[in-house]
Amino acid sequence: MWTRRLLPALLVAVVAALPLVTSADTSAFAVTLGSRMMLFAIAALSLDLILGYAGMVSFGHAAFIGIGAYAAGILDAENVGDVMIGLPLALVVSALFAGATGYIAIRTKGAAFLMITLAFGQMAFYLANSLDEFGGSDGLTLNNRATVAGADLLSSDLTFYYVILACLVLVFIFLRALVASRFGRVLRSTKEHPLRVAALGYNVDHVRLTAYVIAGAICGLAGYLMANQTEFVSPASMTWQTSGELMFMVILGGMSTLYGPLLGAAVIVGLENFLSGYWEHWPILLGAVYLVAALFARGGIVNLIRGAKP
Amino acid sequence: MSIPLFLVQLLNGLQLGVLLFLVSAGLTLIFGVMGFINLAHGALYMVGAYLAFTLTGVTGSFLLSLLLVFPAMFLLGLGLDTLVFRHFYDRDHLDQVLVTFGLIVILDEAVKMIWGRAPLSVPIPAALSGSITLMDGLLYPAYRLAIIGAGLAVAVLLSILVTRTRAGMLVRAGATNARIVAALGVNIRGLFMLVFGVGAMLAGFSGVMAAPIFALEPGMGDAFLILAFVVIVTGGIGSIRGAFIASLLVGLVDTLGRSFATDLLKLTMSSSAAGRIGPALASMSIYILMAAVLFFRPAGLFPAAGRA
Repeated sequence: MWTRRLLPALLVAVVAALPLVTSADTSAFAVTLGSRMMLFAIAALSLDLILGYAGMVSFGHAAFIGIGAYAAGILDAENVGDVMIGLPLALVVSALFAGATGYIAIRTKGAAFLMITLAFGQMAFYLANSLDEFGGSDGLTLNNRATVAGADLLSSDLTFYYVILACLVLVFIFLRALVASRFGRVLRSTKEHPLRVAALGYNVDHVRLTAYVIAGAICGLAGYLMANQTEFVSPASMTWQTSGELMFMVILGGMSTLYGPLLGAAVIVGLENFLSGYWEHWPILLGAVYLVAALFARGGIVNLIRGAKP
Repeated sequence: MSIPLFLVQLLNGLQLGVLLFLVSAGLTLIFGVMGFINLAHGALYMVGAYLAFTLTGVTGSFLLSLLLVFPAMFLLGLGLDTLVFRHFYDRDHLDQVLVTFGLIVILDEAVKMIWGRAPLSVPIPAALSGSITLMDGLLYPAYRLAIIGAGLAVAVLLSILVTRTRAGMLVRAGATNARIVAALGVNIRGLFMLVFGVGAMLAGFSGVMAAPIFALEPGMGDAFLILAFVVIVTGGIGSIRGAFIASLLVGLVDTLGRSFATDLLKLTMSSSAAGRIGPALASMSIYILMAAVLFFRPAGLFPAAGRA
């Protein structure tokens, strides 16, 4: 099937070529918008792992964006902003937060999980707000992007664009392999029939927690890159509204398809960018899009294209 | 830290708890009976507060605007239930979250459009604007006492309604198994509408009562919603008794935590360290409470019987 092999390669080629074939102004705009789209795509992909494949409705996922972002911000403020230190730190702290909160959240059932993840996400938000020496609610401007083992490689927007693209591709390949692996199959089964999976001898809670931690770490990566891309970090990146947007990116695009979150991220980031230029009260339109999507979009855009029923 | 200060904060905590209970009761009822996660419930609280602002401005009387808000919010609840939400009671929680999330975004922005972004304030009604001397050296604002009183009265009224009336019995039955209740010939549609309307009314009432003491701003409902979620999850989803206990607990922990966390920490560590960790810990206190409760009792303190 050409879609399996050719389409991803084609997509990557198009995205990679875009800044090079357009004129200078459009190119700079494409690089900024494209970087943002790709970073949200990484975050949305991580949410798809737990939301789409494992059926865990997490409403606090934006907290990990914040954790990764603040890792970048705090290290930069302390003048140790190097990727070799920052990246592992972002991943580890995100994983720890996911592990601690996930351990408690996963023991609860259904709707409570949603509310608890929302509450934990808010906890992280308020914590970030209270960090007065790192900007508090105003946020923190980074002096410069993280250096790579001492070298100032990321200061060029274009170079960073390709770095982000590479990260996105790596995350996509990793998740695709993970979902197809034995662990992934067990995980997907827990969504459909947890009791049966438990009867087969698997520890459903452990499987879910592992997926939750992986998703958290990947999202932390996205946050770390975001803070470097905009050279700014603030609690605004970890609000529950952002968590909701991430959910919409996954659902609108198509849950448990991995392409869905990519599409969803591109559409929603693009929509926000487009709408905000037209009307001061553009969130109402976005809210209306959410409502309509909730009412009608079964399976998301990707499944619509494939012609499949959810 | 003095006894009067502690008592004042205790009362403040009770007051917050009571306001929280009004919002949480509706939320937990709606979830218990209809299985519907209503994220927009905080927005209803916000609408109640803003309606109070406009109505007090128009009528000049806080009491009148309070009385007018009740039917207004009830109708709004009925409208939302009939027009939008009724299609979602059978769908899974994810769809419900999406539709109510979309509604919050719309309502928050609509409020900004109609009333503007700047924080607004509602004056405390003149009759209650003084302070009452509770004991030697302890002055407490009369209005806040009124909130506590009104909230407790509503809690008692709700308890009587749910346990002693036929409608209340149907609500409890509906919370246990709505389909059987419908099969027994009860107008379950009407019951759902009633529950939603009452829930909206309670949230709006809380908003009106809170209006004179909190600043009105778009998005004020969202912070309250998060607190309500913490309350419901801690107390047990679907349980009004759980919501009552948990809301008082959350109100007390949050208020006392914010007031005394730094002071308590100073007992064990240096002043500067306490000054840094204290506020952060205080803002996290209710989440720590929730996590602690859930660790030992994942279904909450008083889980409603028959609820999965």
